[in-house]
Amino acid sequence: MPGLSFIAPTTIDEAVRALASAPGLAKCLAGGTDLLVQLRSGRSRPELIVDTKRIPDLIGIRDAGDHFVIGAATPGASISACAPLCRAWPGITEAVDLIGSQQIQGRASLGGNLCNASPAADSVPAVIAARATCVVAGPEGTREVPVEAIVTGPGQTSLKKGEFLVEFHVPKPAPHQSDAYLRFIPRTEMDIAVVGCAVNVTLGERGVCRDARVVLGAVAPTPILVPEAAEALVGHWLDEETLARLDAAARRASKPITDKRGTIEYRIKVAGVLARRTAAIAFKRAGEC
Amino acid sequence: MTFIGKDLKVVGTRPIRPDGVDKVTGRANFGADMTMPGMIWGKIKRSPHAHARIKRIYTEKALSLPGVKAVVTAADFPDIAAEEAFAGEAIMDFRDLSRNCMARGKVLYDGHAVAAVAATSPAIAEAALDLIEIEYEVLPFVIDVEAAMAEDAPLLHDTLFTQGVEPKPSRPSNIAKRINFTKGDVEAGFREADHIIERRYTGKPVHQGYIEPHACVAAVAADGQCMIWSSSQGHFMVRQYCAHLLGIDISNIRAMPAEIGGGFGGKTLVYLEPVALALARKSGRPVKIVMTREEVFRASGPAAGSVVEVKLGAKKDGRLTAGEVVLKYQAGAFPGSPVGPGCMCAFAMYDLPNASVTGYDVVCNRPKVAAYRAPGAPNASWGVESCLDELAIELGIDPLSLREKNAARDGTKAVHGPTWQNIGYAETLAAVRAHPHWTAPLGPGQGRGIASGFWFNIGGESSAAVHIAEDGTAAVATGNPDIGGSRASIAMMVAEVLGIPVERVRAIVADTASIGYTFLTGGSRVTFATGMAATEAAERVVEELKKRAAMMWEISPEAVEWRDGMAYPAGPNAGAFEPLSLGEIAFRSARTGGPISAELSINAQGAGPGFGTHICDVEVDRETGAVKILRYTAIQDVGRAIHPAYVEGQLQGGVTQGIGWALNEEYIYDGEGRLDNPGFLDYRIPVASDLPMIDTVLVEVPNPRHPFGARGVGEVPIVPPTAAVANAIYRAAGVRLRDLPMSPPHVLAALDKSDG
Ligand SMILES: Cc1cc2nc3c(=O)[nH]c(=O)nc-3n(C[C@H](O)[C@H](O)[C@H](O)COP(=O)(O)OP(=O)(O)OC[C@H]3O[C@@H](n4cnc5c(N)ncnc54)[C@H](O)[C@@H]3O)c2cc1C
Repeated sequence: MPGLSFIAPTTIDEAVRALASAPGLAKCLAGGTDLLVQLRSGRSRPELIVDTKRIPDLIGIRDAGDHFVIGAATPGASISACAPLCRAWPGITEAVDLIGSQQIQGRASLGGNLCNASPAADSVPAVIAARATCVVAGPEGTREVPVEAIVTGPGQTSLKKGEFLVEFHVPKPAPHQSDAYLRFIPRTEMDIAVVGCAVNVTLGERGVCRDARVVLGAVAPTPILVPEAAEALVGHWLDEETLARLDAAARRASKPITDKRGTIEYRIKVAGVLARRTAAIAFKRAGEC
Repeated sequence: MTFIGKDLKVVGTRPIRPDGVDKVTGRANFGADMTMPGMIWGKIKRSPHAHARIKRIYTEKALSLPGVKAVVTAADFPDIAAEEAFAGEAIMDFRDLSRNCMARGKVLYDGHAVAAVAATSPAIAEAALDLIEIEYEVLPFVIDVEAAMAEDAPLLHDTLFTQGVEPKPSRPSNIAKRINFTKGDVEAGFREADHIIERRYTGKPVHQGYIEPHACVAAVAADGQCMIWSSSQGHFMVRQYCAHLLGIDISNIRAMPAEIGGGFGGKTLVYLEPVALALARKSGRPVKIVMTREEVFRASGPAAGSVVEVKLGAKKDGRLTAGEVVLKYQAGAFPGSPVGPGCMCAFAMYDLPNASVTGYDVVCNRPKVAAYRAPGAPNASWGVESCLDELAIELGIDPLSLREKNAARDGTKAVHGPTWQNIGYAETLAAVRAHPHWTAPLGPGQGRGIASGFWFNIGGESSAAVHIAEDGTAAVATGNPDIGGSRASIAMMVAEVLGIPVERVRAIVADTASIGYTFLTGGSRVTFATGMAATEAAERVVEELKKRAAMMWEISPEAVEWRDGMAYPAGPNAGAFEPLSLGEIAFRSARTGGPISAELSINAQGAGPGFGTHICDVEVDRETGAVKILRYTAIQDVGRAIHPAYVEGQLQGGVTQGIGWALNEEYIYDGEGRLDNPGFLDYRIPVASDLPMIDTVLVEVPNPRHPFGARGVGEVPIVPPTAAVANAIYRAAGVRLRDLPMSPPHVLAALDKSDG
């Protein structure tokens, strides 16, 4: 039987070297709430597992002036307990808080949620909507890329051999900027989004939307940024007409599949509904801060 | 002796569950917790095909993998002849059971066991599975019940000819059995009706969803004596089935009960135990097999999926004149769906002068169905209780009045035969009318539904032994695995009879060598039947205690009275003696004839039928189709609640499973006939936050055949929820759902259709 090696390096360089020199498949391990399940089911058969949790940069949340730094392996429970982050981006922290259960939250990380590359990952739409970037370390040094550049398809990322995610940089909100995230699941928890939607808006004079980012999850091979949906909002109040345009734009952008979790028709319809409901929350929050 | 109507000290109170601490602290030993010196690990190779002929099985490579100790296939089991086995609430055939444990000739569903290995580690066993090569000839398959009934459907068994049709068919069929019975004159009944309604309701198979996967350890000694530890609803059943399937004398098998993490009917048969025994026999080592959740879904359970056609006729005032149902049940790969009980339950709650009931037991390429709480009844009531609601709406009568008008009462002759006595259905309806929930105001987008349910409950063979210890404490041993708190209720009944606090009585589950034969834990029978055995054993102990006191006082036993755990002289004529406590008598038992104990084996008759009525409030999100359960009240005649908290727990659990059945649970098959959702992520049982607190009302119409008046309570509560939810959805959103599950996409599609 093929063996499975495990290492837990304490520096970024050590991790990069191990990942880059592994002859077969090498996987990072953060909380393991995706990876362990995949190992058990045989869906992933790595030869090397590199635990990232001992590398100091990967754990914790820092205030870096104009942005927050979130270590890629920081558990969800720490993220939702971080008061300044919750105030700044309630949509992001609520999205993180939706992942799994309390037990899962003790482990599940933002980096794992992103790099697992599920189209339905809950934290990803809100993080993209906030124009966050991530720092990627690799054999050729580090690079900073927008979060939306990481996931390329279901289970697929743009990370090259030897590369891994170190941290997220999340800009701080401008005045009257806030966000929201909603997902639809058949149950109330412990489920996978049938549709997810993040809306991030900045309001100007008299509550008119100045800037917006709308991101949909689970309706395409990757989470998708929907500029048409943002355009439906910018320059407008959130009235019935705006909501209808937003709904239509969200539907048009949705290219879902029919699977055991929902049909094409259902997902498209709910994408429009969620876009409206999420926007209403984001506008209300932005108006209040 | 009867305790009904007496002033009781223990029965009816809510002491702490004796097995509770072990279970919440993780000390309890469940099926997978057993280990033995020298033990090795078994794994099962399963079919990837829905239907295929097994042409060859190559085991050589697996056997040559270091660490592999044995491989078994059907060739290692006797090819046994057809013979009926009574298995709790379902009939099954030993030949089918054998072929379900290990496929012979053909595989009949995705997940069907084809071979098994035992190796020195789970990883080696897993790797060995990949080395077993099987040549299949893939055959056409059929998944759904009506497709399987079609003339040209792929046949699962060419030996299966429909029973119950005349003349005997000349061609094999997937319809294993047709049942039909009638009462009165159905045609005349419909002619008499002012209003006739005819509808069709469908439901998907659902899994029992017990949290503990099947698990066992089997060991075979050099002299052929076998031990089996496993989690099941009946270790006597495990012993009997293993003996039969492997050709071993029953006396050479000792089956030990593990704690059981849920069964709900799904652990009333064997899957792993015979395979583990065969591997143990071949390898000479104890073998442990534990199913994964995926295996549980692909190869065990579920309850039958069904199509139910209902026709009802009524007078303008709501009085039913005739009813007709046709029930088509999926049996899975082998005959034996619970369509029989389904047929009997369909109209059991109503005083229906004219009725016709027809049922079909249909095989298809799915796992063989297993019992699930009131097997067959939820399917039938899903149809009848929904249709009654539709009738109520068309007649402009409220659904509670419609049920009151037609409810079966004492003296009513049920459509399936019996004349009801001492039943409490009308009492549950009266309790609905009196309950504040029935008249509580509802908000916009909200609706309220009701539905009723019935289950027979059973008695049967039970043994119990009561032993008095030297200090006057007591132990009671029975042969029933404790699933729903039976140790508590058995200990309480014994404590009541002995007149001592329940903390001084320990209830244990004894293995097959340590207590008389006891039929499995199923059919809501344990508190009734085994409780009866334990009560009578305790009464014998009391008689013995009186005899011992009489001996010590040198008076006649008739002159001794037993009260509050003490012997008293029966009256002034008996003599003036200080009362003797149980402890004092026990302490001196060596001098009065030896240890004090009694063991009793009975075949309990007179299980009281159970009836319940539920009220459900829902809110429907018209944009997403999501249904939220706002409030739920389950009302049930329980005879006598021995431990009311555990009775309430049974009602709440049944309702929860029923709501899961109603809203989200379903088996999803892909185009190749493979199960696409074999896990709790996509097989959606309700989570705690999906449900409100489920309120319960215990109506107590005592069952005169039980010493305390108890009836079975565990199965009735799963019967009403599907229709209660659908009826509430109709009133909340104006759409009638007739296909289960009523999941958000289905509800939204129905709403869109009604809007468009
Ligand atoms: C019961 C349960 C419920 C769940 N519910 C939800 C839910 O509601 N919503 C949701 O979105 N998800 C859910 N998940 C999935 C999972 O919990 C999340 O995706 C979680 O965020 C993954 O984080 P992790 O730290 O556990 O990742 P891991 O399992 O450790 O890793 C996931 C993937 O990311 C890779 N990876 C990890 N860290 C890095 C890194 N630094 N650089 C590069 N690659 C990396 C790993 O190699 C692996 O491929 C659930 C899982 C379970 C078991």
